[in-house]
Amino acid sequence: MNRSIIISSVLHGTLIFITAMSLPFLAKKPLNIPPIVSVELIQISEKTSVPFAPKAKKIIEKVKEKEKKLVSEQAPPKKVKKTKTKTVVSLDQNNEKIENQTPESIPLPEKNVKKIETKKENKQNPDKVDDEVKQVSEFEKKNLFDPNNIAALIDKSKIDSAEVAKKNDDITQDQDSNIGNKGLTLSEEDALKAQIFGCWSIPLGLPYNENLLVRIKLRLEPDGSVVKTEILDHARMNKPGEGFYKVLAESALRAVKLCQPLRVPSTGYERWKELQLNFDAREMLEG
Amino acid sequence: MIKKIYLLIALLIIPLKAFALIEVDITRGNLNPLPLAVSPLSIDDKSKKSFEKILKKENIGSEISIVVENNLRTSGLFNPLSKDAFLQAPDIANLKPRFEDWNLIKAQALITGKVTYVDEKLRVEFRLWDILAGKEMMALAFTTVPNNWRRVGHIISDKVYERLTGEKGYFDTRIIYVAEEGPKTQRIKKLAIMDQDGANNKFLTLGNELVLTPRFNPTSQMVAYLSYFKNLPRVYLLDIETGTQEVVGDFPGMTFAPRFSPNGKKIIMSFAKDGKSDIYTMDLENRIVERITNHPSIDTSPSYSPDGKYIAFNSDRSGYQQIYTMKNNGSDVKRISFGNGIYGTPVWSPRGDLIAFTKLHKGKFYIGVMRTDGSGERLLTENFYQEAPSWSPNGRVLIFYRETKTNAKGEGFSAKLWSIDLTGYNERLVETLTDASDPSWSSLLSN
Repeated sequence: MNRSIIISSVLHGTLIFITAMSLPFLAKKPLNIPPIVSVELIQISEKTSVPFAPKAKKIIEKVKEKEKKLVSEQAPPKKVKKTKTKTVVSLDQNNEKIENQTPESIPLPEKNVKKIETKKENKQNPDKVDDEVKQVSEFEKKNLFDPNNIAALIDKSKIDSAEVAKKNDDITQDQDSNIGNKGLTLSEEDALKAQIFGCWSIPLGLPYNENLLVRIKLRLEPDGSVVKTEILDHARMNKPGEGFYKVLAESALRAVKLCQPLRVPSTGYERWKELQLNFDAREMLEG
Repeated sequence: MIKKIYLLIALLIIPLKAFALIEVDITRGNLNPLPLAVSPLSIDDKSKKSFEKILKKENIGSEISIVVENNLRTSGLFNPLSKDAFLQAPDIANLKPRFEDWNLIKAQALITGKVTYVDEKLRVEFRLWDILAGKEMMALAFTTVPNNWRRVGHIISDKVYERLTGEKGYFDTRIIYVAEEGPKTQRIKKLAIMDQDGANNKFLTLGNELVLTPRFNPTSQMVAYLSYFKNLPRVYLLDIETGTQEVVGDFPGMTFAPRFSPNGKKIIMSFAKDGKSDIYTMDLENRIVERITNHPSIDTSPSYSPDGKYIAFNSDRSGYQQIYTMKNNGSDVKRISFGNGIYGTPVWSPRGDLIAFTKLHKGKFYIGVMRTDGSGERLLTENFYQEAPSWSPNGRVLIFYRETKTNAKGEGFSAKLWSIDLTGYNERLVETLTDASDPSWSSLLSN
């Protein structure tokens, strides 16, 4: 009797155990809640003198080297550098305005360069490095949520910014090396186009089947204001029978004047201080 | 040798690099009408009083400027700004406008002028200014009899239009049309003429005979139209200046759809006999009639190209009514309309590049244009019933008439003239005293 009770209870117990084990909530692994570090992050980022992690340092040094290279490549180097810094200053003053005007434009490389420079200044006191950061071992660094990693995270943001700076530098390098033969970047061109599209009232009476292309050469100030306009085929302006050309040319000149100052890129003045606009109304007139 | 090649390459590359200019293609712009200011023409007190006596108008200077303003506005290409915003007085503006002031109200062009009374005549000076460039674009003066003051306004409008758009204007023109009155079943139809802006309306016939399809001679103030004589439609000619009328030939059958040749010396029309209809021309000087088409179908609505070399017409030779072109001697007949529906009333543009037509498709009427080879068909407007497009002399605007649906009791019927731009925008009702149909636009009165 006792034996069968024992067997029965053992079997029941086993059943209950198996059933219990197979219940879903038991099978669930405990949630891996990441520790909340964002608060700490903010606190640390508020401190102005955070030292660089070795990785970021390397990248920044690279960037710096590239910068130097870039500057040395340019001729005359001093002048370019000066204008650049100048633009940076004026940019900071009119930062918001310009940014609002050209939302699509690529982040300004100067800004980043400046950022890095300020950070470099901070870095000039390596003795001030926090104890915490000093203790960081390579192993601990690998742990994502280690408090030391916050520094790494900050570094990461710096790495990112450095990378952006690098990218942008690449762009400027491209642009600068291609002065005169590549033109504006797509977004720069689009910004300028969009602005002029709005200013140009196309004379609707023009015939769409004639070759009407007005090419205007502009000389610009760094702020985009127009110093000089020149119609490239101005001989056509006063030819008898070219009435439509004259009308189109005048409308194009009005558009340029109305649009002043033009939405030009904030950098590379040398590149676009002379610009040619080709006004072609055929697409619009054909409807 | 190698050095030389290097030098050559270097020479080729260096200038390329130095002179390549950044080019930006501007292929779009806004289609908003050009904002411009029409300053009232200034007038001195003495002239003002003289004109007040003669014309019964308080200030003829501002009356003329209103004519100009209305013309430019209805063209759809200009946006005359409100006079309330003007900062400069008309007399000073005429001498030397302060461009900054006009720029401030966003005007891109300015019209100023002066009216004086000289030897019992009206003398008008006017100037057109480019505000953004800060320079005078045009300055002209006219002298005419005071009663012609509206025409002065139209001529100024034409000159401004031409200077700013590059093509001739169409304001100093008239429109002949059929004025309609009475219920739909018993319409009284009179021939009427008015300025293109609706002013100076005049009835040319009494309305005791039915009149249809008046058409202007492109070179003079002569009109060809259709009127019923002994219940048969006949083509008549009417000289607007003298009021003389005559029947074009005496044919046994019906003649209809008359239209002048571009030089005004011939009339082209259809002539119906034995259940078919063909196209004929008649020389107005020697009255010699020439047959152009000879086909057992119904060929009608002929219209010459502006160079007189081709004729567009409609024919049902393919089963449905479609548009065809041919040489002016009737050879080389080509079908040009191939879309769905029925096409009619082809009218060759005075510019020569397009043919306007009426199209009926699925119970709707359309006014459209196509190139002279039939390509690029564009339907400009759709309505319950509309037809008979006629070109403005510059080939930019079409005028046509539109009828409204009657209700079950036969009420609510109306026929009105409408104009529309080639672009399909700027559709406008042309105000007339009575109901109106079959408009035809004259050529420019002054050239």
